[in-house]
Amino acid sequence: MNPVNYLYLAALLFTIGAAGVLIRRNAIVVFMCVELMLNACNLAFVCFSRLHGNLDGQIIAFFTMVVAAAEVVVGLAIIVSLFRSRHSASVDDASLMKL
Amino acid sequence: MSFPLLTATAALPALGAIATAAVPAARRTAAKWLALLVSVGTLVLAAIQLVRFEPGGARYQLTESHAWIKDFGVRYELGVDGIGVALIGLTALLIPFIIAAGWHDADPLETSAGPDSSFAAGRWRPTQGFFALILAVEAMVVLSFEATDVFLFYILFEAMLIPMYFLIGGFGDRAHAQGDEAAATQRSYAAVKFLLYNLVGGLIMLAAVIGLYVVAGSFSLNEIAAARASGSLHMATNTERLLFLGFFFAFAVKAPLWPLHTWLPNAMGEATAPVAVLITAVVDKVGTFAMLRFCLQLFPEASKWATPVIVVLAVISIIYGALLAVGQRDIKRLVAYASISHFGFIIMGIFAMTSQGQSGATLYMVNHGISTAALMLVAGFLISRRGSRLISDYGGVQKVAPVLAGTFLIGGLATLSLPGLAPFVSEFLVLVGTFSRYPAAGVVATLGIVLAALYVLVLYQRTMTGPVKAEVQGMPDLKVRELLVVAPLIGLLIFLGVYPKPLTDIVNPAVRQTMSDVQKKDPNPVVEAAK
Amino acid sequence: MDNLIALLIAAPLLGAAVLLCGGRKLDKAGHWLGTLLAGASFVIGAVLFVDMLGRSADHRTVTKHLFSWIPVEGFQADVGFQLDQLSMTFVLLITGVGTLIHIYSIGYMEHDENRRRFFGYLNLFLAAMLLLVLADNYLLLYVGWEGVGLASYLLIGFWQHKPSAATAAKKAFLVNRVGDMGLSIAIMVMFTTFGSFAFSTVLGETGGASSGRNTAIGLMLLLAACGKSAQVPLQSWLGDAMEGPTPVSALIHAATMVTAGVYLITRSGAIFNAVPDVQTVVVIVGTVTLLFGAIVGCAKDDIKKALAGSTMSQIGYMVLATGLGPIGYVFAIMHLVTHGFFKAGLFLGAGSVMHGMNDEVDMRRYGGLRKYMPVTFVTFGLGYLAIIGFPGLSGFFSKDKIIEAAFAKGGTEGWILGAVTLLGAAITAYYMTRVMVMTFFGEERWKHAKTPAPDQPGVEPAAQTHGAHDEPHPHESPKSMTIPMIVLAFGSVFAGGIFGIGDRFVKWLEPVTSFDHGNSPVAEWTVTAATIVCLLIGVGLAVAQYGRKPVPAVAPRGSLLTRAARRDLLQDDFNHVVLVRGGEHLTRSLVYLDHSLVDGVVNGTAASVGGLSGRLRKLQNGFARSYAVSMFGGAVVIIAATLLMRAV
Repeated sequence: MNPVNYLYLAALLFTIGAAGVLIRRNAIVVFMCVELMLNACNLAFVCFSRLHGNLDGQIIAFFTMVVAAAEVVVGLAIIVSLFRSRHSASVDDASLMKL
Repeated sequence: MSFPLLTATAALPALGAIATAAVPAARRTAAKWLALLVSVGTLVLAAIQLVRFEPGGARYQLTESHAWIKDFGVRYELGVDGIGVALIGLTALLIPFIIAAGWHDADPLETSAGPDSSFAAGRWRPTQGFFALILAVEAMVVLSFEATDVFLFYILFEAMLIPMYFLIGGFGDRAHAQGDEAAATQRSYAAVKFLLYNLVGGLIMLAAVIGLYVVAGSFSLNEIAAARASGSLHMATNTERLLFLGFFFAFAVKAPLWPLHTWLPNAMGEATAPVAVLITAVVDKVGTFAMLRFCLQLFPEASKWATPVIVVLAVISIIYGALLAVGQRDIKRLVAYASISHFGFIIMGIFAMTSQGQSGATLYMVNHGISTAALMLVAGFLISRRGSRLISDYGGVQKVAPVLAGTFLIGGLATLSLPGLAPFVSEFLVLVGTFSRYPAAGVVATLGIVLAALYVLVLYQRTMTGPVKAEVQGMPDLKVRELLVVAPLIGLLIFLGVYPKPLTDIVNPAVRQTMSDVQKKDPNPVVEAAK
Repeated sequence: MDNLIALLIAAPLLGAAVLLCGGRKLDKAGHWLGTLLAGASFVIGAVLFVDMLGRSADHRTVTKHLFSWIPVEGFQADVGFQLDQLSMTFVLLITGVGTLIHIYSIGYMEHDENRRRFFGYLNLFLAAMLLLVLADNYLLLYVGWEGVGLASYLLIGFWQHKPSAATAAKKAFLVNRVGDMGLSIAIMVMFTTFGSFAFSTVLGETGGASSGRNTAIGLMLLLAACGKSAQVPLQSWLGDAMEGPTPVSALIHAATMVTAGVYLITRSGAIFNAVPDVQTVVVIVGTVTLLFGAIVGCAKDDIKKALAGSTMSQIGYMVLATGLGPIGYVFAIMHLVTHGFFKAGLFLGAGSVMHGMNDEVDMRRYGGLRKYMPVTFVTFGLGYLAIIGFPGLSGFFSKDKIIEAAFAKGGTEGWILGAVTLLGAAITAYYMTRVMVMTFFGEERWKHAKTPAPDQPGVEPAAQTHGAHDEPHPHESPKSMTIPMIVLAFGSVFAGGIFGIGDRFVKWLEPVTSFDHGNSPVAEWTVTAATIVCLLIGVGLAVAQYGRKPVPAVAPRGSLLTRAARRDLLQDDFNHVVLVRGGEHLTRSLVYLDHSLVDGVVNGTAASVGGLSGRLRKLQNGFARSYAVSMFGGAVVIIAATLLMRAV
């Protein structure tokens, strides 16, 4: 199978993720969409690794997974504490960071 | 290794500033005396410089050189030429007078409950700080006259803004200091304006300094000049022009040249009279001095290229400053606009590119310092007596305080360049020097002498003559301390007006050097040329 | 001997320094010290004069180089003196008349609390004036030139508490500064032309310069002379200068300083001779001023202002004479010296009258004073006869020679000038007779003096504070005042004869100024006769108008010309409207512009930066999703840009 098709898939997944981040209000869903984007990137990396015939892309994919895992830990913690204080997981409610 | 005289001249006031600041608040008077002592000591060192300086000798003398920031080739390089040593002399000379004139300017404000409660009343003013800041300014100004490393100069050029900012913003006229909110706002506006104008100028200069390093690979004035002379360093025409403009802009703000002048009247108006003298007679001179030393020496071609525009701006400054001085209602702002007019003369003299113009401009820097100091300090004494800066609040002072009026008149006559007083010598040299290359500019600038007479005499007439105003009645004449401040300045004005040779002897060789830097020759007299 | 030249200036300069810095301790002796030093200067001058007479005509010029003043590359200004016959004449006039006026002032200023300061200023004036005439280069002359301007400023404004005096002083200085501008431009042109401004170089090499440059120098020198000598168009200050104490008017604004312009033109004769066009301008200026001053002098009721108009007119004669070139220089200087005597005498006489009349200056309140002030009457009368050119007296010799010289100019020009100078002589006789008659003859109008005219300009201060309402008791002045008047009266009578008979003065000055008889189309005796006829017409008219009829105490409305002449031929009104008002508007609008435009541009920049950041702040809305949009947008833009760059 042509590896380029995987790239199309990655782009598709990334777009879905991006659209989800922009459109959805629920923090958990936004979070999952971010993960989707990350994994789309991973897919692209692995695909490129295959195309170029070296292992760089696969190594970076591992890094991304580690970072994503760390991010999930921190991010979920924030979302949980936010939900506790505001009884809502909507991103729009947490607009405290403006000047 | 010989004694580092140049460093010492700058280090003494710097250390003095620290020591003065460290004096406990209860011992205010001790701090004042310490500051005065240090400034007199600096004057002695400056005098030694003048004596040790050989007019016919090398271009830069008493040089010192140490590595500083090796990675960027920044060196701590000092050296003085005739122009520098003359201006160091001026600075060191004026500071003791400024300190003595401002003796009570920073005293804690007396409230009804006596001086001790002033702290509680929230009007505490750090007396020692005032004098320490003046000494700090002196140290930086002196060092900037000595620096032959562009980067070192730049740092000092910028750093002196900090103490000046506090001097302008922190210590206003006693007249207005008594809790007048509007005056405080005005003062901080003036201080911020001063800082912003000069910072913008400095920022553009920083870009040019870095650009110079990229092009020349060195910050050393001597190295760059030598490389240019030997042809090993070639600057593209446009590069040179851009770098020149970067430097010139900063100096033109400092000097100040029209239309970058508007910070000066605010700053001089709001600051106390001694600080106003410090601004116009000392700090601003760094700008005109740097034009001579850096602009002409580093970028001779670009300087020549820009000359016509600069001469026109200078002429505008002369006339414009004088006209605005005529229209002022505030004594100190009037002096400020008069200074703008005088700075126009200095800049015109520098860029006329004739020996007479440049010698005249250098003498002008010194003479303007002394004459403005005389006029402004007496004006300060006057203002402190009546508590107002408005000309219309005075009248008939001559009848009540003849000595004050007399010294004020002499200061004014020096400002209008009366022959026999020092400023005449320099003003005439500048005019002649300009006229021989740009006759039109020379003639228009001559109008300035009529306008100068107008603003000085109108000021004198409105404040000193006429019927004695009720508020002026009983105004005390000059005290001994005040007379001691003014009399030597007047003596100097007369001496340098009658016998300026000691000064011209020092300045002439340096001017010859500068003229050879820009490779310009004085125009020959027509009759001789025809022979 | 030549060291004495420096001493000549040093003596009064020392006096000025001591008197002005000395403080109140010197109040008692100050006037004596000042007079003594002025006298010393005169003695030194006399010694130098005798020494000069002892030498042959070609070796009379003495020079003394004192020190190098401003040594700058290519520019050598020295302090050096040159004493030749021309400056010698001035030295004797200045120190002689100056000393007399010092003596006079002892009495005149007796009750002034600032008498010491007054003498300090007088000494300062003497020093500056001597510097002016002794300098051997134009720049040093300029120092003296402005120095006398300063002294004049200080002395006109001596009674500073009077706003009118302070204003007059300022006006005099300012108008003079306009003239000074001319002098400094002249020096600049000289420097660029000759590379020097020493008399020897400039006047010696005049021929080498183009006529354009000589014209420029000549015109600028003329401008300077106009300022100092109160010639049209810079004459407006002289009338107001009468605000000063009367001895000042006599010394500075009649005898010496105002003649400096004549000195300058005579000294620079070589330049003016080289450019006839400029000489024509000089002649025109002199002629216009001659008539201008005379007309103004006819209309003034203030005795000092009438005399000021006369001074202006007489200097017009001198300037006209200098414009004639070598025909006229000698006579200009001769008239200058005789004028110095009789006009100083007239002013001192006027001062004496005012002294006895409670400082009243309005001639309409005088009358019949000859009985009360015999000495003043006689000395004033002799001065009067001298100025109108009564045969045998000083003015006759000097003025007649100028009229002859005017005819000798030749051609139509000569006829016109001759006619104008004759007309001037007639008017001179008219207005001086008017002054004489109104003051010393006729009804004693001061006896029933009612309330003084409140708007009378130029009333001396004492008149306002005391006495104006009391009836004056005219009395003769003290000896210290009358003796100088008597000495000057002698000068007015005999000086002309001494100079004129046997052409002594011509021979004396000829080596410096050169001399040319010209070719007069009219015989000498015809001119003299015509002058006498004009004189008689003038006197007759004045006597008919003021001697036969009673003089009204309040000036009649008068003709249009009279009314204009009272206001200095509307020159002040012109100045006021064009220069003062215009200047005020200009400076005011500039002050406004400086604040709103120049400062406004900078403040505007600051404000727009502030506004922009305010708008940018709105993007920071705190919604995470909108931040995300901007991030994606940014990423897309960057990627698109990268791709686009690749494609290109």
